[in-house]
Amino acid sequence: MKGMLVILLSAMLTDNFVLSKFMGICPFLGVSKKLDSATGMGIAVIFVMICATAVTYPIHHGILVPNGLEYFDTVVFILVIALFVQLVETALKKLIPSLYKSLGVYLPLITTNCAALGVTVLNIDNSYSFLQSIVNAFGGGLGFMVALVIFSGVRRKLEYADIPDTFKGVPATLIAASIVSVSFMGFSGLFS
Amino acid sequence: MPDNKPLFKEITKGILKENPTLVMLLGMCPTLAVTTQAMNGIGMGLATTFVLLGSNIVISALRHIIPDKVRIPAFIVIIASFVTLIGFLLEGFVPSLYDSLGIYLTLITVNCIIFGRAEMFASKNGVLASACDAIGMGIGFTLALFAMGSVREIIGAGQWMGLNIPVLHNNPMLLFIMPAGGFFTLGMIIAFVNKLANRKPPAEIKCGEGCEGCPAAAGCDNPGKEAAER
Repeated sequence: MKGMLVILLSAMLTDNFVLSKFMGICPFLGVSKKLDSATGMGIAVIFVMICATAVTYPIHHGILVPNGLEYFDTVVFILVIALFVQLVETALKKLIPSLYKSLGVYLPLITTNCAALGVTVLNIDNSYSFLQSIVNAFGGGLGFMVALVIFSGVRRKLEYADIPDTFKGVPATLIAASIVSVSFMGFSGLFS
Repeated sequence: MPDNKPLFKEITKGILKENPTLVMLLGMCPTLAVTTQAMNGIGMGLATTFVLLGSNIVISALRHIIPDKVRIPAFIVIIASFVTLIGFLLEGFVPSLYDSLGIYLTLITVNCIIFGRAEMFASKNGVLASACDAIGMGIGFTLALFAMGSVREIIGAGQWMGLNIPVLHNNPMLLFIMPAGGFFTLGMIIAFVNKLANRKPPAEIKCGEGCEGCPAAAGCDNPGKEAAER
């Protein structure tokens, strides 16, 4: 149980997907303008990451490894994620329209989010068990959401700041991200 | 059809005018992640160029065969196959680079640049033009990564391509090879490019809002507009 907690917290804080592994920078910079869209994207990512892990893990260990086809990992995983995102979108639309309304717009963007593919590959690389993989995916997703929510607050301040013309827009955002990343460095070494 | 445009132009536009990283702001993840050393930047850039060249050629050759509705999965499979291929090649011939790129080699699959060029260029243009486009974009990406890597390696480790730099080597600013330094350096370089080009700052990254900024979102039924209005 203690091991699980370490995996969860280190995926969330010390090895934060966005701020220390640079996965999912695109949505991090794109969707973090408003708090509610940041939360929506965060929840959608957590959801897809857990489900993608739950699907790719049995595929890797049940089908690819016994047949000596591990090198197909990338092709299979990305296809599974793409199909899965599509499936979730369609299912949500039919079954829980209210949830679809709040998450729907973010789902298609997740296919090309490095974090979703990254977490499935990392789970295999670290040879986690099934349960550990799920916990890792949940922690990673949660960390993604925390980073997004915190950063949306920083950006709101940034909008009122008087920034030199050259730095307006992306450069200022990136430098703000760098400062947020420094603050997350404080967590490093917490679970070693 | 821009097929008869001078091919040379297709190459040069990717290097400066439409530089994928610094101007179009695509493929941020590898740009930030692997550029702790100039050499890694070059390796990542060349690996991406290889995948881009292969996928652009195959996709433009098949552009009349792939049905429009399943083009996204088809593109992804083609790209992922090339990524697997380059993974094998690097593992076999340059194992040290393979180790230092690590998981980011796999993540070339979801690099916005490759998907974006497939969607925006290769699926609409001939094979030769697509190949030139891929080479240009690849060189532009490699140069941007090389610049990033050089800055971070020189300041952060006091080295450049493995060579020690006299004063800096004894006083490295470790922050620059840490993740925070990556964000900072990229911000500075983009600001510098803005200043050089003396143009208005680039529009915000629109990965989640308005699909034109992130061509990878092409697969969606234009969710961006709604996201922007929320």
